[in-house]
Amino acid sequence: MSTDSREALLLLGCPEVPVQQALALYLLGRLRADGFEVACAGNPAVLQLLRVSDPGRHYVGKAVEIERCIGELAEGERSAELLIAFAHSDAGLTFAATARHLLPEARLVLLAFGREAEALAGQTTFPCEKIVEMAVHNPTKLKRQLDEVFAWHA
Amino acid sequence: MVLSRASFAECREYVEKHCARYCYVNPGFRLFDKCMIGVPPIAIGVDGDVVVFPYTKPCYGTFLLRIEDAAEAARLEPRLSNR
Repeated sequence: MSTDSREALLLLGCPEVPVQQALALYLLGRLRADGFEVACAGNPAVLQLLRVSDPGRHYVGKAVEIERCIGELAEGERSAELLIAFAHSDAGLTFAATARHLLPEARLVLLAFGREAEALAGQTTFPCEKIVEMAVHNPTKLKRQLDEVFAWHA
Repeated sequence: MVLSRASFAECREYVEKHCARYCYVNPGFRLFDKCMIGVPPIAIGVDGDVVVFPYTKPCYGTFLLRIEDAAEAARLEPRLSNR
């Protein structure tokens, strides 16, 4: 792991909600431009979606299966100063809560999206910054909120 | 399998209400050589040699599993409280 670059980790949920894929690639581009080394954690399907979407490897760098990632966080073999967790289901919140516990000093931004976004955000019991939008197909509103949170301007 | 595609809270509640003894652990606790994933506190139940614990998959939610394993039940013994 590099000692002179800033580490960010995207925790990706099930890829069944389309906005996740677009926003993950958007975050990879933006965060890399900001000097972050960004790793993605997710199930094999979501990681393959990202790899196939980026044949030139302009955006997708390190990618790790999410259970292995949690194990590495727990063992101190992986760290990050910025965590961005995607949650459109209870499982997504569960992984976010796990990462929060394992990296208590990290900045955690939770993206609650999908049809249950508001209910999910209301169930959050751990400290984090929340971005909440009932977006399923159109990522524009979530992108705008990300731009505000990270002070990115078009 | 005890519960399928449940919420994490439902799994915790089931353990607290139905297992004779249980304990709480934090995420990262190793059980069956895997790091536990969950919203702390994670409830693990023990009935005799049977260990009852949550297991979360990104696409399918949380499953509450039962596995008979005397060694793992014994390892949890010092942490257990009666219901």
